[in-house]
Amino acid sequence: MMTKVELETFVEGTTHYFATAANQPASVGSPYIVQEGKPTIQEFTGMISIAGKRRGIVYFTASRPMLTVMLMRMGETELTQENMCDLVGEVANTISGNARRDFGKDFMISVPTVVAGEPEKIVTPDNIRSFVIPINWRSHSAQLVVCLE
Amino acid sequence: MASANAKASPLTGGKLKLMICDDSNIIRRKIERELQIERLQVIATAANGKLAVEAFRKDPADVVTMDITMPEMDGIECVENLVKIKPDVLILIISALSDKATAIEALKKGANGFLCKPFTDRQLTEALEELLRGAGNDD
Repeated sequence: MMTKVELETFVEGTTHYFATAANQPASVGSPYIVQEGKPTIQEFTGMISIAGKRRGIVYFTASRPMLTVMLMRMGETELTQENMCDLVGEVANTISGNARRDFGKDFMISVPTVVAGEPEKIVTPDNIRSFVIPINWRSHSAQLVVCLE
Repeated sequence: MASANAKASPLTGGKLKLMICDDSNIIRRKIERELQIERLQVIATAANGKLAVEAFRKDPADVVTMDITMPEMDGIECVENLVKIKPDVLILIISALSDKATAIEALKKGANGFLCKPFTDRQLTEALEELLRGAGNDD
């Protein structure tokens, strides 16, 4: 089970990512537990597997319109599906990688796996609770989902 | 992911050759687009460490920006390989892995600087300028 302090690491990482990489701060809400069913999956999802001292997954999921605006804000001119897949992977990778500042080097992260649509491909472990961190950025919403032993 | 893209590099005017290695296409393009140091000229980009070593063998860069978490060969192993080929290469690690142990390991293997993702244009420029100053390559 994750602690409040551990979740705060991911909230801070998400806040820092949008302010720095997307050139505009996001409103990052309080994490909540998914009580029933599976967490939300949007059109594009970047997923990182966590191994080592902690095990589980971290994923960032967002819509095409949000990723389009993010790419534009980053100065990217090629607003392709490939770059949207790249972006969700990079967001998940950056926030998870930054978490090592608090979790230490034994918090081992994989390269990103990216899923466009096909929510059935995102599998969260049944025995671990998923926390959703809601992200509101401009008029868009996205989620960071943290599911760690 | 894009593949390594080693171009011919007939550099003049004391320019330094730069290779960008990152598995993210948008990060490679961002670094290339936002590069504001006239003395650096991008000669190659690579999507993983293995491709970077191949491109580096063909045309060794003077300066390299290097991600750590990548498929095929990670950035730490790649740094070791590049330093064996060209001991005086300047390597700036640009990674999301923000723990001290990773930074220390990269520096021990031969990297010269560390910039944590996410980064602004200004932070990138400052990190590269510091790298060049440290090696006595400042103007």
